[in-house]
Amino acid sequence: MAAITLNVIVQGLLTGLVYGLMALGLSVIFGVMRVVNFAHGEFTVVGMYAAFVLFETLHLDPLTVLLPIAAVFFGIGYLLQRTLINPFVGRAEHEQFILLVGLATVIVNGLLLVFGPDARPINLSYSFDSYAVGPLFLDKVRVFAALGALAVAAALLLFFRYTRTGTAIRACADNLTGAAVVGLDVKQLYAVTFGLGLACVGAAGTLMATIADASPSLAQAYTLLAFTIVIIGGLGSMVGALIGGILIGVSEALAGFYIQPSMKSMFSFALLIIVLVLRPQGLMGRRL
Amino acid sequence: MPIDKHRFSRRGVLAGGAAAGAFFIAAPSIIRAQTRVLKAAVLLPQSGYLAQAGQSCHRGAMVSASALAELGHTVELMHLDIESNPDVARTQAERVINDGAHCIVGAFDSASTLAIAQVCEQRQIPLIVNIGAAPQLTEQGYKFLVRNFPTGGMLVANGLKQIHALIDATKIAPKTAVFLHANDNFGMAQRQGMDKAFPNSGLPFKLLESIPYDPKAQDLSVEVTKIRGLNPDLLLVVTRAADAIKLVRDIVRQKFQPMGIISPGAPGLYDEEFYKALGPLADYHIDAIPWANPKSKVTQTLEAVFKKEQPNFRFAVECFNVGFTFDALLVAADAFKRAGTGTGPELMKALKATNLADHAMIGPPIKFDEKGQNVDIPSSCVQNRAQTPTVVLPADIATMTPVLPEPPWQGRT
Repeated sequence: MAAITLNVIVQGLLTGLVYGLMALGLSVIFGVMRVVNFAHGEFTVVGMYAAFVLFETLHLDPLTVLLPIAAVFFGIGYLLQRTLINPFVGRAEHEQFILLVGLATVIVNGLLLVFGPDARPINLSYSFDSYAVGPLFLDKVRVFAALGALAVAAALLLFFRYTRTGTAIRACADNLTGAAVVGLDVKQLYAVTFGLGLACVGAAGTLMATIADASPSLAQAYTLLAFTIVIIGGLGSMVGALIGGILIGVSEALAGFYIQPSMKSMFSFALLIIVLVLRPQGLMGRRL
Repeated sequence: MPIDKHRFSRRGVLAGGAAAGAFFIAAPSIIRAQTRVLKAAVLLPQSGYLAQAGQSCHRGAMVSASALAELGHTVELMHLDIESNPDVARTQAERVINDGAHCIVGAFDSASTLAIAQVCEQRQIPLIVNIGAAPQLTEQGYKFLVRNFPTGGMLVANGLKQIHALIDATKIAPKTAVFLHANDNFGMAQRQGMDKAFPNSGLPFKLLESIPYDPKAQDLSVEVTKIRGLNPDLLLVVTRAADAIKLVRDIVRQKFQPMGIISPGAPGLYDEEFYKALGPLADYHIDAIPWANPKSKVTQTLEAVFKKEQPNFRFAVECFNVGFTFDALLVAADAFKRAGTGTGPELMKALKATNLADHAMIGPPIKFDEKGQNVDIPSSCVQNRAQTPTVVLPADIATMTPVLPEPPWQGRT
């Protein structure tokens, strides 16, 4: 029984890391721009479809196209921010909400038109393989996806800590007026930030496509999941997003195993409520 | 003072307005009564989480007009998407009735079908359920509803009979089983049916546990880990297409090898999506469900039209959803012909009197009891062989013999 429990925890942890990467994009965008991306899950699903199309047409393993897809998503994010999102930065939240929900609706219906409603799997040569570590069975795809998520998250953290652009973006997040006064190009930095957020989402979608089948109907669930994770971890906190993802992954897995699988989502929301009551700023968030 | 007869009086305007209003309200009914062509609205979940099956039913509805024409029925169909959402289903039902539909056919999902049934009851428009297993559809006293589909209880009871026959035919000796089911309306109806039917089924194995799961879940790894811990000989499942894929994938990953994966009456294991995603790993699973009768002339007509109009899809895979959707429309067209009118109460009266011997799905003539339920819809055992659903029981309509225990996963990839 202990071995099976450990197996459940490890599987939850591996899935949680990919969830964390997905939520990281949301956290980065909100942390800097104070724009809540309500089309987050939709972009994740676009990432999944991008991986699916490249696999189907060119037989490319999603892990090998992770960086190109992230780069394309960066470009999309950059352009989107400069053209569509920027006029709404600083405007009332409900206006941003309507804009991004509208964008989400367009994306989902576009995916339905192009790909139809069927779930699209990526059948890799190792899709059905697992590592046997003692009594544990670890899915290969889940292990690779978790490692990929950790690598992307680490790269992002290093970028924000050690590069001039990363430092400038953090300056914008900390003190927008001060950043503008010292001559930082805030619009440009916002566009880079949105691009980086979408690059995370693209990478997460690509990794997610190896463990779940791409389907337009997943989008809303992913948006909700990302919000839950980010609120638990702390809005704007990158480490918090990863911790939130792991907590959700593990708690859902344990609740599913010990209580009832169909009730596992209830536990992530219970966790959300507990965090909101005891620590409204989230586990790693700064007190407002 | 002389009265100008050409002037509008307040009373005259009110009377005219009332007459116009009455005409507009009554117009759809008048048109319904006069028409010679059945106008049927087909409401299905063409998008949302049930879209895969909804689209399959939709293909059935799309070919039905031509197939029915070949059988001497003229129908005009309205196709509407209910988005896997009962609220949308209710709105769409109102819309098609306002647009003059004589009857509604749908809606694959029990929750949405219940929402439509309420509208049909208020508006006195017949609803012919193509697929929808929740017992309450025919247990809540709806007068404008008929269902040519088994209830969850009937599906499970018939399915368990077929599993009994399967054990006898293959001489396997399972001692334990786990029942895994979706926790949506359909899955819970199946669970109730299983709880009721299993103790009296005489099956030679013990049911260790019933495990509900969320069909919208990302994966079923936790569920499979739980099943692996119980280590049953048989896995009985009630799934949808997308989660049947997730289930088998996680079973293979966790190297769990049951004697068989058998559905006592549910979609998933025989869907094209399932074959495409799993390839050889999709083979040998068994579904005990109603199936199209390959020897019926109606089925042959339907199959010919389907092949012509839907060349990218395999009728052998689609025939459950397509067959039941077509039969529902055939029932409507047959009743319309006998009623000679499209008005709701008369059409409903004709529907209740249905006695239709020639239809697509296996079984005796379609008839409805006082609740509107066809109580005689038998099941067959359909096993996946070379990624095609193949009837293996009952022996008189089988095209292959059943294979159990399933061959090991390792040898298939």
